[in-house]
Amino acid sequence: MTDPLLRLDNVRAALRLRGGEQELLRGVSFTIGAGEALGLVGESGSGKSLTTRAITRMLDPAFRVTGDIAFEGASVPRMNAQALRRYRQRDVGMIFQDPRAHVNPVHRVGDFLTEALVRDRGVDRRDAERRAVELLDEVGVRTPEQRLRQYPHELSGGLLQRVMIASVLLAEPKLILADEPTTALDVTAQSDVMAILDEQRRARGLSLLFITHDLELAAACCDRLAVMYAGEIVEQGAHVYEAPRHPYTIELLGARPSIEHRVERLPVLRYDRAAHELLKAEAS
Amino acid sequence: MTTPSTTSLAVARVARERRGAGLARAAGDRLGVVGCIAASVLLVIALAAAFAPVVAPYDPDYPDLLASLSGPSPAHLLGADALGRDILSRLIWGARITLAGPGLVILIATVVGTLLALLAAWRGGRIDTAISWLLDVLFAVPGIVFGLIAVAIWGPSLITVVCGLAIAYVPYVARVVRGAALRERNMPYVSAAWLQGQSATGITFTQILPNVQPIVVAQAVSSLGFAVIDLAAVSFLGLGVQPPTADLGLMVKSGFDSVLRGQPTEAIAAGTLIVLIVWCVTVIGDRLTSSARSMR
Amino acid sequence: MSLGAYLARRTGGLLLVLLVTSFLVFGLLYLAPGSPLAFILGPRGGTPEQIAAVTAQYHLNDPFFVRYVAWLGDLLRGDLGYSIVYRQDVSDLIAGRVGTTLALVSMAALIIAVVGISAGTLAALRGGWTDQLTSSIAAIGLSTPSFVIGVALISVFAVGLGWFPTFGSGSGGLDTLVHLALPALALSVASAAYLARITRASVLEERGREHVQTATVRGLAPGYIVRHHVLRNSLVPIVTVLGLTIATLIAGAVVVENVFALDGLGSLLVRAILQRDFAVVQAVILVLVVAFVLVNAVVDVLYTFIDPRIALGSRK
Repeated sequence: MTDPLLRLDNVRAALRLRGGEQELLRGVSFTIGAGEALGLVGESGSGKSLTTRAITRMLDPAFRVTGDIAFEGASVPRMNAQALRRYRQRDVGMIFQDPRAHVNPVHRVGDFLTEALVRDRGVDRRDAERRAVELLDEVGVRTPEQRLRQYPHELSGGLLQRVMIASVLLAEPKLILADEPTTALDVTAQSDVMAILDEQRRARGLSLLFITHDLELAAACCDRLAVMYAGEIVEQGAHVYEAPRHPYTIELLGARPSIEHRVERLPVLRYDRAAHELLKAEAS
Repeated sequence: MTTPSTTSLAVARVARERRGAGLARAAGDRLGVVGCIAASVLLVIALAAAFAPVVAPYDPDYPDLLASLSGPSPAHLLGADALGRDILSRLIWGARITLAGPGLVILIATVVGTLLALLAAWRGGRIDTAISWLLDVLFAVPGIVFGLIAVAIWGPSLITVVCGLAIAYVPYVARVVRGAALRERNMPYVSAAWLQGQSATGITFTQILPNVQPIVVAQAVSSLGFAVIDLAAVSFLGLGVQPPTADLGLMVKSGFDSVLRGQPTEAIAAGTLIVLIVWCVTVIGDRLTSSARSMR
Repeated sequence: MSLGAYLARRTGGLLLVLLVTSFLVFGLLYLAPGSPLAFILGPRGGTPEQIAAVTAQYHLNDPFFVRYVAWLGDLLRGDLGYSIVYRQDVSDLIAGRVGTTLALVSMAALIIAVVGISAGTLAALRGGWTDQLTSSIAAIGLSTPSFVIGVALISVFAVGLGWFPTFGSGSGGLDTLVHLALPALALSVASAAYLARITRASVLEERGREHVQTATVRGLAPGYIVRHHVLRNSLVPIVTVLGLTIATLIAGAVVVENVFALDGLGSLLVRAILQRDFAVVQAVILVLVVAFVLVNAVVDVLYTFIDPRIALGSRK
């Protein structure tokens, strides 16, 4: 069997503290195939973002990481500086939650879009700008030439997130990591941005790791789901949304607000750390 | 209810003792290790200066002409200056003026600046605009120039320079305090006091002032370091303290002439002491500032 | 706000401040004890011609505000009065000395910018003992008055090693540069230390920003990220401090020029104060304040080019 695009094998990340270590990723394993979309779902603090940081090797040096992360068979933790930069430049692209904070405010939008192409790919500035304009057009930004001359603070959040998506697509990566890409946007912009991301990914046949706490959204745009709890993946597969098996997933699905059924008050998740440990002990 | 006296007294005393211990620890927390070292060094210098008549081995003005420009010796630990006066004794006496002069500058500037700032913050509107504008104009003139202007008008003397510099430091205190007071003014506890019927003056002095006090103190100490430098500079120029009074800035000046004659002890000693004093004050000011900020 | 409107408003504010300071400087004369005439002539007394000249110069026979307006009018025509001590026009006195001060301040500003920014950046990026060492040196530099450094520099490099001349401002060109090297160094130490501190704090803050992560995860070169995303974004506080510093250097030159016996505006001011040459005192102080205000105004305009988020005139 050929290697999947990305394989995480028992990845653990422990934060070194003064009184010892605290393990925040506790053996995460999954794979993403070429062209496949995986939705990683869980509450805040469950380790979703840490996982994406581990994949791009962006974890703080205070973390001790064990286990292997392989991209097309090459081990990410063992890459040298040069290979790591090349991996980040060409293989993975990252879309962050808050575009406002993640785009340098003092440079023009055009600079942000083209700097990687011009600096690292040797593309002529005018060429790069032409490609940026094309891509902005594809992600639904109107008057793209004008946007290139503007500063980030002159754009709305939804527009800026499209710019962020365009910047990732410009680098033509094989895998997109999207860390709650719509959470920081207003409701109206959310569905637009998500639709564009989904459409562009499918059109280009790119793989996607989609991080969210919105199960329904993840189910709608991903081939498979993985549910995280306390630094572990409790359940993953294509069945998760329709036929959940793990008690935590079942509870999580039961806790969604729904338009069809009116409930006085959303149920509180009763699944906790103690239940989790007990279940694990029983399983083994 | 019949025996409140002994127990409540005991409780009160325990509380007071706790607070005493807490105060020492709080000072340690606020200053840190380096800050505590700086505070101790400054305390030693200040005590030596305060008890100069007892501590200084010689009369600072007594000329021992035979010892003129002699280097360090058992009789004169740091040697003697061009007029044969004991350098160590002059340092100790000089530290008095070098600490007291800027202290007075900052005291005046802090009182005036804080009152102006509280007035501006509380009254707002036109009074605030006028005060802020006045502060901006004062800011437009570099600090030491005020000292020089005062000397130009009233002639060279310590008091003249202190008055001039005090005006220069008012905006530095007032700006910081005004900002802090404005923030406090919008706090719910101030509205609460207002609703309880306290007067504006009452709230300003019983509610706002205690809460901006750490910032006032931190800003005063930080400014003190600059005031020491400015005042010493004016003395060095010959426009402040007049000879033969012992003053560190003047000693660098007279020591400078000795340097050219090959005897650098006086200049080095006086210069080093100024740097040490300013360093201590600045370190303490920095620590107080960051702890005042973190309290918000 | 358009650039034109902004500049108009800015210039208006500037003129107002200058008007007020000129009034204050003019008013100084009347704060002095005794009559203005007696104060200006001082214990020297004066010949009838001198009394007539001073009376005419300060328009002493007119009411107060008329005097001020007349004085201001003279000022705007470039007539800064007549020095009793030098028996020369004050404008000539100043013109002959402003070059030295300007050269001194420019050299010091250059040293401050280069040393301050690079030391601060290095400390922030390297961390560890580089940071410790830089911060300690900066703390000491910040605590050392310029005249103490000047005396130390003269003792070591001029008297001791004989590498540099002790006094004077040289005869122009390279000679002036050599003569001004030590004074400029003395003038720059404290400010360079302060700028290094501000730069360090600013670079540390900017390096932790999220957009720097974006740049890193895009695989951009580390050197490029530091220059283009970290340093570039740290510029607002750095330029603020640099501008304020240059403005205060003009006053700091008063002290340093005296240590090194340079024939600049500062030594002219101190001598004028000691000799009660009031027209010179007024003129030099006016020049210092005007320079200070102008530099600050330039910095304010610079902000808008450094950070596009700061709209023209929105920052005080």
